[in-house]
Amino acid sequence: MNDMTATSKNVVAAEPAPDKPSRKTLPEHGKVERTPFSIRLTRMLGLLGINFLIPVVKLATGESPRAQFKELWMTLGVPLVAVFVFLILWSWGASQVETSLGQIPGPPQVWDEFQGLMAEHAAEREKADAFYERQIARNEQRLAIDPTYEAKTRPYTGKPTYLDQIVTSLYTVFAGFLLATIIAVPLGILCGLSRTINSALSLLIQIFKPVSPLAWLPIVTMVVSALYVTSDDSWFDKSFLNSALTVMLCSLWPTLINTAVGVSSIDKDLTNVGRVLNLGFTTQVTKIVLPCSLPLIFTGLRLSLGVGWMVLIAAEMLAQNPGLGKFVWDEFQNGSSQSLARIMVAVFTIGIIGFLLDRIMLTLQKIFSFGEARL
Amino acid sequence: MNLRTSCPDALLKALRFAKALPIALGIATASTNAFAQSYEFAEKEELKFGFIKLTDMAPLAIAYEKGYFEDEGLYVTLEPQANWKVLLDGVIDGQLDGAHMLAGQPLGATIGFGTQANIITAFSMDLNGNGITVSNAVWEEMKRLVPHDAQGRPVHPIGAQYLKPVVDKYRAQGRPFNMGMVFPVSTHNYELRYWLAAGGIHPGYYSPTDISGQIQADALLSVTPPPQMPATMEAGTIYGYCVGEPWNQQAVFKGIGVPVITDYEIWKNNPEKVFGVTEAWAEQYPITHKKVLRALIRAAMWLDANDNSNRPEAVQILARSEYVGADAKVIANSMTGTFEYERGDKRQVPDFNVFFRHYATYPYYSDAIWYLTQMRRWGQIATHQPDNWYHDVAKRVYRPDLYLEAARELIEEGIAPESGFPWKTDGYRSVQTEFIDNVPFDGRKPNAYLEQFSIGLKGKDTVQ
Repeated sequence: MNDMTATSKNVVAAEPAPDKPSRKTLPEHGKVERTPFSIRLTRMLGLLGINFLIPVVKLATGESPRAQFKELWMTLGVPLVAVFVFLILWSWGASQVETSLGQIPGPPQVWDEFQGLMAEHAAEREKADAFYERQIARNEQRLAIDPTYEAKTRPYTGKPTYLDQIVTSLYTVFAGFLLATIIAVPLGILCGLSRTINSALSLLIQIFKPVSPLAWLPIVTMVVSALYVTSDDSWFDKSFLNSALTVMLCSLWPTLINTAVGVSSIDKDLTNVGRVLNLGFTTQVTKIVLPCSLPLIFTGLRLSLGVGWMVLIAAEMLAQNPGLGKFVWDEFQNGSSQSLARIMVAVFTIGIIGFLLDRIMLTLQKIFSFGEARL
Repeated sequence: MNLRTSCPDALLKALRFAKALPIALGIATASTNAFAQSYEFAEKEELKFGFIKLTDMAPLAIAYEKGYFEDEGLYVTLEPQANWKVLLDGVIDGQLDGAHMLAGQPLGATIGFGTQANIITAFSMDLNGNGITVSNAVWEEMKRLVPHDAQGRPVHPIGAQYLKPVVDKYRAQGRPFNMGMVFPVSTHNYELRYWLAAGGIHPGYYSPTDISGQIQADALLSVTPPPQMPATMEAGTIYGYCVGEPWNQQAVFKGIGVPVITDYEIWKNNPEKVFGVTEAWAEQYPITHKKVLRALIRAAMWLDANDNSNRPEAVQILARSEYVGADAKVIANSMTGTFEYERGDKRQVPDFNVFFRHYATYPYYSDAIWYLTQMRRWGQIATHQPDNWYHDVAKRVYRPDLYLEAARELIEEGIAPESGFPWKTDGYRSVQTEFIDNVPFDGRKPNAYLEQFSIGLKGKDTVQ
C-alpha cells in the first residue's frame, strides 16, 4: 500500500487550502459543538463501505425501527439470501456436470480444500523450521572445518504455500500499480495542463490502452532478460519484474486518462487566481491542480488497481511467475481429483481480494473527495 | 573454492580433527559422515533445478526430500516448468542451474537443432517410462484387428500395423490424422515415429526449411506439453499421443483413451530423461556438479532399492502438488511396476520405470548415438554425417567421466556398491536387439544402422 500513502502524502500537504471554505460552510449547526458520536460512526461506516451496519447503529440510537429494519433487510438480508441461492444453484449445477477430473466440486468440497490448503501451509512452515535448524547445524559444522567460510542463512527452498502465493501476488500488483501511478499521474497532469502535450500523446494512449497483457508479456520478458542481469544478491527476480512491468503497462491508462481529464476540467477561475498571484509552476500544481483533480485521479487509481489485479493473474499464469495465477495453472496441470476444488478456492480468493482492494480504493476516493462524504 | 589446492596442510589437520569429532561426540549419522568426509565444498550452494511434471523427475524429488542435496551442502529449489522449451531456455540463460531434460535436448542443442547451446549430461535419470495412447474411437477400430488371446485380452505388444487401416481411412476421408508428442527432440517423438514407421505409417520428415516434421507424413505429429495431453485429446485436437507417466494412466482413469503400447515394448530398457547442465556451468562449478551427481545417484539407488520397496513412498511424494501432483493411484499404477492398458486390463511391467538397476544412470555414448541416428533418420540432421561425427558429438555431450568420479567417491565412502556401476565399459552398450521390429542397433556403426530401415533417411539422402 506504499503507493497510496505516498500519493496521499502530497495530497494531505496540499489539503488545507480548498478545505477551509468547506469547514466554514457548516454554520447551520451553529456552535462549535461536536457532531454526535452515532452520526460520526454512521458516516465512518458509509465511508468504509460497510453500509449494512449503518441501520444497526441507527437502531441502537432508537431511530424509527421500521425504516431501519427495512434498510437492514435491503443492505444485509437481500445479499445474504442471494448468496444462499447462489450456493444452492452451485451445488445443484455442480452435481450435473461430470468432467474427466470427476464431478465439479460443490461448496463443501471447496471449503474442504480451503482447509486443506491452510493445513498444508502449517505443515510447510514446520518443514521450514526444521530446514533452518539443519542449516544452522550444517553451517556450524562447516565453520569448524573451514573457518574462512562465510556462513549465511539461505531462505527456505521448499514450495511456496497458498498463503505465500497470495502475498507474492499482492506484493507484485502493488509494485506494478505504484510504478504505473508514478508514471501516469505526472504525465496526466502534463496532458491536462497543456493542450499540445495532450494532443501529442492522445493518439499513442488510445492505441496502447486496449492492448491485452498477454501481448505485452513476451515483449516485457525479452526486454527484462536482455537488460536486467541477475546475480545472487539481486533485489528482484526476473519473474517478479516481468509480472510487475506487465501490470504497470496495463494499469497505466485509467489513471493517466482520468488525471488528464481531472486537470483539464479545473475551474478556470482557480487557475486564473493562480496566475494573478503569480504562483510558480510547482506551487500551482501542488496548491491548485492536484487538490482540485484529486477525486478524478482517485477514480483513475481505483480503476487501475482493478485492471492491475486482473492482469496480474493472467500474467502469472502465462509466464509461470510465482503467485495465484501460477497456483491456478499448476493445479490445472496436476489434474488430480482435488485440482478443480483448489482452483475454485483460488477463484474465490482472487475475487474477494479484488473486492477488498476496490473497497480500499473507494474509501480513499471518498476521503479525498470534498463535500458530503467527509467526516 | 577448491580447498584441496588452496591450503593443504593446515586444512588436512583440521579435517582429521573434524572427522574424529562427530564420532567422538557419538553423532555419527550417515549425513554427518558424508559431510565430514567430503572436504571439498560446493562453489555454488544455492541451486535452482527445473523439471516437468512427469514421474521420471523422481530422482530430483527424492534427492530433495531425503536430504541428499543438503547432505552435500546444497540448497536446492525445484521448480516445475511450463514446457520443455521454457525449461531449456531457463538452463541456457542461467535462470536454472540444471534440469530434468529429454535425452535429445542436450544433443539437439549442441548440434544446433533448435536453440544452439552447449549442454552436457553426466547423469541418465531413468529407463523406459513412456507409453502411446490413442483415443477411445481409434481404439474401437484398432481393437477389431488386434489378435486376442484365450482370455479375450488383446495380445501385446500391439504394432502400428493395426493403426494403419484407421489412418488410411481418415486420410481417404480427407481428415488429417493428428497425434501429439512432447517436443521435436523428445524421446517420445522418436519412439512414436519408430513405432509408426515399424507399422508402415510414415510419420513425416523435418527439413532445414520446414521444421514442422510433417513432410510426406501419413500421421501428423505436433507438440503438446505433457500435462496437457489428456485434455488436448479429449478436446479432439489429436487422436493419440506419446508421453511419459502419469499422463497415459491419466487417460485410462479419465476414460478418454487407451494406452496401446509402452516404450519398454518398443525398445526394451531404452534410455529416457537425463540431467542436463550447460557446459560452461559444469566448468565453472565442477565440485558443485559432482555433488549434485552424488545426490542424484543416491536418490536413484533409493528408488530402486530392495526390489522397488521404496516406490510406494515415492508415489506419495510425487503425488504432492509441488511435484507431479496427479492422484497417487494414477502415479502408483506405473511406478509400482504395473501398467493398465484398457480399463481393468492391468498387467505386470516390473521394469516400466527403472531408475538405477541395469546401470540406468550411466550416460552411455551409444544411447546418445541412438538419438542422433533418429535425428538423422527424420531429417533433423539434414545431411549425411560420417560415423566419427556421431562419436564426437556423443563424447562431447555425454560425460561418463564426471559420473564415474562421483560414483567412485560414493563407493569409497561406503554409500554405494562397487557393482552398481559399469567400470569396464568403453561407453558403448553391446549390440541391442530388443526393438519391436527386431532391427539390431550397434552404437559403433550409426550409418550402417540407418541402412536397415525402409522408412527414413539414410546414406546421402536429403528431404526434397
